[in-house]
Amino acid sequence: MPKTGRIEVDTDRCKGCYLCIDVCPKKCIEKSDTFSKSGYYPAKYKGSDCIACLSCSKICPDMAINVYEL
Amino acid sequence: MQLLNKKPKSLFDVQMHYCPGCGHGIVHRLVAEVMDELNIRERTIFIAPVGCSVFADMYFNCDAIQGAHGRGPAIATGIKRSKPDTIVISYQGDGDLASIGMAEIVHAAARNENITVVFINNAIYGMTGGQMAPTTLIGQKSTTTVSGRDPKVNGYPIKVCELLSALEGTRYAERTTVHNVAGVIKTKNAIKKAIKNQINNVGFSIVEILSMCPTNWGLSNNPSQAIKYIDEQMVKIFPPGVYKDIK
Amino acid sequence: MSMNYKGDIMKILMKGNEALAEGAIRSGCRFFAGYPITPQNEVPEYMSWRLPQVGGRFVQAESEVAAINMIFGASSTATRAMTSSSSPGISLKQEGISYCAGADLPFLIANVVRGGPGLGNIAGSQGDYFQATRGGGHGDYRLFVMAPNGVQEMADFPYYCYEVAFKYRVPAMILADGVIGQMMESIEWKTPEIDVKLLKEPDWAIGVNNGREKRRITSYDLREGMLERMIIERVKRYKEIEEKEVKWEEKMIEDADIILVAYGTSARVSASAIKMAREKGIKAGLFRPITLWPYPKKRLNELANRVKNFLVVEMSLGQMIEDVKLSIEGKANVHLHARPGGSLITPEEVLDSIIKITKEGVKNYATIK
Repeated sequence: MPKTGRIEVDTDRCKGCYLCIDVCPKKCIEKSDTFSKSGYYPAKYKGSDCIACLSCSKICPDMAINVYEL
Repeated sequence: MQLLNKKPKSLFDVQMHYCPGCGHGIVHRLVAEVMDELNIRERTIFIAPVGCSVFADMYFNCDAIQGAHGRGPAIATGIKRSKPDTIVISYQGDGDLASIGMAEIVHAAARNENITVVFINNAIYGMTGGQMAPTTLIGQKSTTTVSGRDPKVNGYPIKVCELLSALEGTRYAERTTVHNVAGVIKTKNAIKKAIKNQINNVGFSIVEILSMCPTNWGLSNNPSQAIKYIDEQMVKIFPPGVYKDIK
Repeated sequence: MSMNYKGDIMKILMKGNEALAEGAIRSGCRFFAGYPITPQNEVPEYMSWRLPQVGGRFVQAESEVAAINMIFGASSTATRAMTSSSSPGISLKQEGISYCAGADLPFLIANVVRGGPGLGNIAGSQGDYFQATRGGGHGDYRLFVMAPNGVQEMADFPYYCYEVAFKYRVPAMILADGVIGQMMESIEWKTPEIDVKLLKEPDWAIGVNNGREKRRITSYDLREGMLERMIIERVKRYKEIEEKEVKWEEKMIEDADIILVAYGTSARVSASAIKMAREKGIKAGLFRPITLWPYPKKRLNELANRVKNFLVVEMSLGQMIEDVKLSIEGKANVHLHARPGGSLITPEEVLDSIIKITKEGVKNYATIK
């Protein structure tokens, strides 16, 4: 039974490397179009389709993604 | 709603100074997770090298020491032989380990020092701005090989796992990557095994991790493209796998 | 070898290098890393069988560079660590020594000096004075340096060095020479024997931490103005060492018209020379610095109020003479009897120099100009 999940990106920590976008199997992460206070365009959850597989949080170099199971 | 990924206690929850897309952040977290899971945080001594990870002594929530370029394995020898109850991790980059520190790593392995070496191979010198490393690929551009590494001038990349596996003292040598999730999982397992070897007095263990350096590979505009260089080029020259695993 | 290490009255015939090693072990040394180089090979050789007997650890390192870094590691845990080498090997260690000084790590290093520069020769010499007292390695720091003049002091000095090193958190160096390293004399064990189990772990040492706060051993601080602050704090300890730990010896100084200034083997030679001079009616005395840093400049300066001729005797091109001149501040003549390249000075040649200065009145006398 696939899980339903949700991710939250810490925009203070995200450096806009987008490794998470590359590895997400459901393509449910995108680039935000507002920049953070560090000047990066952080990653952003599109809002649906997350299966809480943890791929994004595993590849994130900055511990900037929290993954929740709903 | 349940949080599935907790931040490891063994790493301070601070922003680290690494470039976007750099592999150091991933490996730091994996080492910290293993330290938590094996419950060794209170007896770990982390040795930070000279290189991009020079400040790693500040990031880890354990006793730490920052040492001279390449000398981590010698420092580890001094610490481990004086305080055998500690778990000593020498964290090194490719300049630190395979250039200036080549004698120290070879001899620590030859002596079968009961330590764990985490070796970040990104085929370039990061901290000093992108010069050739001993692991730079033939044809790879760097600030000291502007037309690409030419074997006639600069010789051939050094394959550390293969080299150290030839030494009788080496107990465990595995090469992994952090350019995809499968690689990240393999890397964590390898680090765990390498540290368990130290806990169980098995002996010298090294994990070589192929890592991204978007900034010095000319990919700062598009850091996630760095995974292609590992996937398409680096794994051909530095094949991932277990090179030695003996008790 | 039949020696009673616990007895304290018996005299033992020992070689300088071996007395140094045993003296270090007696003073609590429990980790040694070194590399073979003449004329100090007896130090690592002795350590290799003796250290395990007292529960210590010995490593023959792959190079002098590796050895000093092993010491960096061992001393970061507050283990009493030691390395030894001779001139070219000490050059190799300089970065590591600088790191130790910059991280405020106490340890003992011995230089059994040979002729240099370069490969030089294997004879005893005093050509590393600058290297020992003027940094040697990069950056602003000082080493506590003691210069033994024979096998007894080789046996005694490790105790004082470890005491100063751990009290002030500075590296300590014993600056010997190949003559003292190789000679054999009878000695007594005079310094206390340290029981390492009773040594308290200092609050800076890293190790098994049992839930206390994290500690770091580092020699850097990149924040604006912070490295300067670190160094200025260290200077306070250096000042305290200069006030409290300076040592020297005086022989026949009270009525001297000419004072020889010499350390180590040159001081032994000078001691004979002043006796010969006295037999010729010349009132010669000897001032022997024992700590080379801190240098006994205050006392030398005092003596220069009354005595107008100082003859520096050293087996070098003339290195310590600069400290003598700095101490005396131009109040007296400073002459030089120097033999570099590992050549041994004889009492007869020193006597010759004394005569030229006192009886023939040669000003600014120097055997090397």
